[in-house]
Amino acid sequence: MNSKTLKYIVKRIILAIFTIWVVITLTFFIMHAVPGGPFVSEKGVSESVMRAMEAKYGLDKPLGEQYLTYLKDAIHGDFGPSLKQRGRQVTDIIHDGMKTSAKLGVIAAACAMILGIVLGSSAALHRNTVFDRVIMVFTTAFVSMPSFIMGSLLLVIFAVQLRWAPANGAAQGGLILPVITLMLYPMAYITRLTRSSMLDVLGQDYIRTARAKGVPRKGIIYGHALKNALLPDITYFGPMLAGIVTGSLVVEQIFAVPGIGRAFVQSILNRDYTLIMGTTIVLATLIVIMNLISDLLYKVVDPRITLE
Amino acid sequence: MNPNIKRLSMQVDLSEFTPASSEEKEYMVQMRESTTAFRDGVRRLRKNKVAIVSFWVIVFITLSAIFIPMFWPYSYGAMLGVQPGKPVDASYNNLKPFEYSTTEQEMIAQGQHVTPHIFGTDSSGRDYFIRVVYGTRISLAVGFFASIIVLIIGLLIGSISGYCGGIVDTILMRIVDIIYSLPDMLMVILLAAVLKTRLEGRLGGTIFAGIGANILALFIIFALLYWVSMARLVRGQILSLREQEYVLAAQASGARGSWIIRKHLLPNCISVIIISTALQIPSAIFTESYLSFLGLGVNAPMPSLGSLASDALNGLTSYPYRLVIPALVISLIVLSLNLFGDGLRDAFDPKLNN
Repeated sequence: MNSKTLKYIVKRIILAIFTIWVVITLTFFIMHAVPGGPFVSEKGVSESVMRAMEAKYGLDKPLGEQYLTYLKDAIHGDFGPSLKQRGRQVTDIIHDGMKTSAKLGVIAAACAMILGIVLGSSAALHRNTVFDRVIMVFTTAFVSMPSFIMGSLLLVIFAVQLRWAPANGAAQGGLILPVITLMLYPMAYITRLTRSSMLDVLGQDYIRTARAKGVPRKGIIYGHALKNALLPDITYFGPMLAGIVTGSLVVEQIFAVPGIGRAFVQSILNRDYTLIMGTTIVLATLIVIMNLISDLLYKVVDPRITLE
Repeated sequence: MNPNIKRLSMQVDLSEFTPASSEEKEYMVQMRESTTAFRDGVRRLRKNKVAIVSFWVIVFITLSAIFIPMFWPYSYGAMLGVQPGKPVDASYNNLKPFEYSTTEQEMIAQGQHVTPHIFGTDSSGRDYFIRVVYGTRISLAVGFFASIIVLIIGLLIGSISGYCGGIVDTILMRIVDIIYSLPDMLMVILLAAVLKTRLEGRLGGTIFAGIGANILALFIIFALLYWVSMARLVRGQILSLREQEYVLAAQASGARGSWIIRKHLLPNCISVIIISTALQIPSAIFTESYLSFLGLGVNAPMPSLGSLASDALNGLTSYPYRLVIPALVISLIVLSLNLFGDGLRDAFDPKLNN
């Protein structure tokens, strides 16, 4: 690793930290731009009680002071108490939701990666066969289908009509359909990505050289082609995670999975400000860090890439 | 050969020049008109069957979305069972496709013509076919206008940044970097939720009242967040075109900056820009339906494909087709727009293929 690479890494890390700060700041000020404050929808609350509640949550202080306090607490992982779920800390709600959501996301990401790479490279190796065509038709269809539609259709077919899997995400085996829903889009994308980069690699001179030397087909595929064909997949790693996070917002809603995505949507619908801010910041940080890792990995793994 | 003429002399021996025969002249005839880059692209596009089919699918869906609501006897918001001065007729609610309510059956028995409910009616007795058509109209309009907004802002900032360079470029591109690395969907949801409450009640009397707070919020979001990739694209194009000799020639003959941008730079990157605008439309439709699905999209009773799908989740066991129909329409629109955009790219910008 030379000094140029190091400089690039430092620059990217600074940009990532800056982005996270922008997210926290934006979220804070957007939420405080909502007219009426969080307790407006409460019924039968007198003026004095409202004042007392605002004082309790520190909402009566000047905005600048509130912002600094919030920033300091957020850095320490404390997002304050939930405004609607009395007696619960936002951090605890996120922690509980994350357990389910992380399981869902990690399984979906792993399945998408493995299946996508296998399908993509086999499609490339059997180019223009029926197998290749079928794969391309299905992946094109999956890429064009929004996750909420995919989820709803799977729900109708496999949970309602055929009754093969439970419709409720909290039930035994209930994560099967949500995982499939979340997995299909990135899987299709990776398949297409791997297929085209594999085709690209197979046309390179060094593959011809290897073949001329008499390297067996398996040796060419596993020793030479696959390694280089998988490089573009690394760049998709970050966007894939972002897609899974946003996809899980609706998928957890459809299948009633008790995860962080459902908590986020619920918090928006019932205006739980601290929970909205907390989940946004946690999810955004996750996405930014994953994007950072996948970008850095790509640049470090492939020495041909020039750094800006 | 005349021996008196020295080699390399400029005196020509006229006997060596004979008129061309008609056979030789044929080589010089132009077999067909020279084509422009545009016509060449169209020719290549027409060879691409998938793109052409997608194109006609888009045209068909768009025309039906525009014209069917004009003559269809039902409207998207009318609850058919609720007539002024009469008790509510519940037999209109939840009709299966091609079923008729009791009132309508009486009318048919009397020999009157009743337009069938092709997709049945929903739980409030609204004709579902016209709701799907109208929802398609909303989704397409949102996708189209959002892309135009993205195009204008991206073009403006990208060309300024690319042409000016220096400190202006650095500042603009840092802003682009930050917006680009923001997790867009989370920000979109947050902004949609806030703008919705912020805009409601402020629109009365303005021209925006007809659009509704939610759709306006959606446009604002696109204007704020989605121009960045377009700006990057335009800037990159302009940076590479700026170094071309003809720009130097224009500068040497005294052309102003805005003239060079308009006359030389933009026409040369127009195909890339159009293609990426075309590919922006499905992503805008997708975002709209996603927000509508979460309940942050269009205002009820106005339908959009996303909100129709979302509403259908409640009666899923009895009426699964209510989910399947809007789902199919969205997928069809997004799929054909994507395929057509890809076809456009292949036809008009062969460079991008590599």
